[in-house]
Amino acid sequence: MNLCELTIHDLAEKLQKRECSSEEITRSVLEQIQRLDSKIHSYLWVNEEYALAQAKFADQKLKSGNNLNPLLGIPIGVKDIFLTKGVPTTCASKILENFIPVYDATVISKLKQLGAVIVGKLNMDEFAMGSTTEGSAFGPTRNPWALDRIPGGSSGGSSASVCADMCIASLGTDTGGSIRQPSACCGVVGIKPTYGRVSRFGIIAYASSLDQVGPITKDVLDSAIMLEAIAGYDPKDSTSVPKEVPKYNKALTGEVKALRIGLPKEYFVEGIDPEVEQALKQSARVLEKLGAELIEVSLPHTEYCIACYYIVAPAEASSNLARYDGVKYGLRVSEPGSILNMYKATRDQGFGAEVKRRILIGTYTLSAGYYSAYYLKAQKVRTLIKKDFEQAFQKCDVILTPVLPTTAYQLGTKINDPLEMYLADIFTVSCNLAGLPGMSVPCGFSKEGLPIGMQILANHFEEEKIFKVAYAYEQNTEWHKQKPKLSLF
Amino acid sequence: MKITRKEVEYVAHLARLRLSPEEAEKFTSQLDQILVYFEKLNQLDTSNIEPTSHPIPMVNAFREDVVKPSIDVEEALVNAPDKEGNFFKVPKIIE
Repeated sequence: MNLCELTIHDLAEKLQKRECSSEEITRSVLEQIQRLDSKIHSYLWVNEEYALAQAKFADQKLKSGNNLNPLLGIPIGVKDIFLTKGVPTTCASKILENFIPVYDATVISKLKQLGAVIVGKLNMDEFAMGSTTEGSAFGPTRNPWALDRIPGGSSGGSSASVCADMCIASLGTDTGGSIRQPSACCGVVGIKPTYGRVSRFGIIAYASSLDQVGPITKDVLDSAIMLEAIAGYDPKDSTSVPKEVPKYNKALTGEVKALRIGLPKEYFVEGIDPEVEQALKQSARVLEKLGAELIEVSLPHTEYCIACYYIVAPAEASSNLARYDGVKYGLRVSEPGSILNMYKATRDQGFGAEVKRRILIGTYTLSAGYYSAYYLKAQKVRTLIKKDFEQAFQKCDVILTPVLPTTAYQLGTKINDPLEMYLADIFTVSCNLAGLPGMSVPCGFSKEGLPIGMQILANHFEEEKIFKVAYAYEQNTEWHKQKPKLSLF
Repeated sequence: MKITRKEVEYVAHLARLRLSPEEAEKFTSQLDQILVYFEKLNQLDTSNIEPTSHPIPMVNAFREDVVKPSIDVEEALVNAPDKEGNFFKVPKIIE
């Protein structure tokens, strides 16, 4: 077995025992990228020297002994939405094609301080707007399980790279499902923490009241290790919450007795692929056998989530993306005439179709005369959606749902029908609207051999409950151990 | 029709976007479809509901007003498409 195929916790143990070095692990990861990424295209930027220098530094630290930090020397890939000092950061957009940040995002500083090896920058939908990674200005990422399928999005590079062992774990961001949906599509573990749990400082903003950072990993223990590393209050992000970060691995007891698992009745209706529904129901039974109690709960405003989300998110996006004007950084397209021409030419050439579409929707719903009909209305519906969850969590500890209604679909199928793509986000957007934590865990495969994920949601700052359930499930199933047949490539 | 092509072009101007005739055409029909879908929210009576702008209960986050290190001028200008001296340079604004 190659080192790149192992988990963080396996490798941390090997490093402690001096069975391998960070340089060896990093070389194994780089070789895997060399071998596979021309077909998968999960990285937008990777640099051998940059990675190996960090690995050698980690090896020196490891030699100096008694370091029990599990991320020291572990190769991590990060979505190209995180500012990385001195390293190109494009957000998969032409408008930032040559942008080189002068500081690190807080989560990047944290990983660096712990001695993790940043391998490179991962592909995504442009400005994190999309569910397929086809929206990248630099070409799509493909699903390692089947190259004609999407890896999910917007953190598709982050999920595909972990799935195909091109990094040991990765960081993504999630505004309406962008960590959980690609994790489900690629059969890996992805968590979106509670809004405010992780600092957003240095993350290119899409929709500020919804965006959150989280890890994508090969198993639940790695997820706990990564979240603990990046979580916590940051004075540079006033929306991060000053709450102590728990030792998440302590929640991994394997014990779910008497835990109440809610199944929302509104989520198991028309339009859901029978194989996905079947996998979910079987997973619920696994947990029931382990002693958990299954309860039917109701989230009555589920059918309004998509409309609510696709008003709120583009509105915030249209405001956040006003900064790309060709003045201080990024692309500038000069044109004779007034400065207005420069703005328009720059934004015309710099932004792709989905980004323009969302800016238009957002500008429209915020404009005079439409604000109350759309934006204010959506904010009120957001309150109703939040209340649905408050009521449900009085009856149960966690909620179990599908992540997306189907398995990973073929590239090209929804790119020309935005509304249809939006509708497939039905199970993931409510979590962001309510600010809740949610995880996708592998829970089965379709007949075609594509992974299926289940979503575990909990109340604000109750990530430990999610970890508890996910770990117990993982200990009693084998899904997470299955790997795509990468040797066939 | 919820939105006309003329309105789409006006909104594009507000957002400082320029649309080709083909784009304007395509976005008009797509936006129309999307806005029709948004109508769904009108099924709900929200007259007594407070809007949510932030998912986590929070009060204003104040901090001490003290000077802290920041990026210097050179760094701030390093990504500038055009600059002169210590300034960002843009096309002439005042005629």
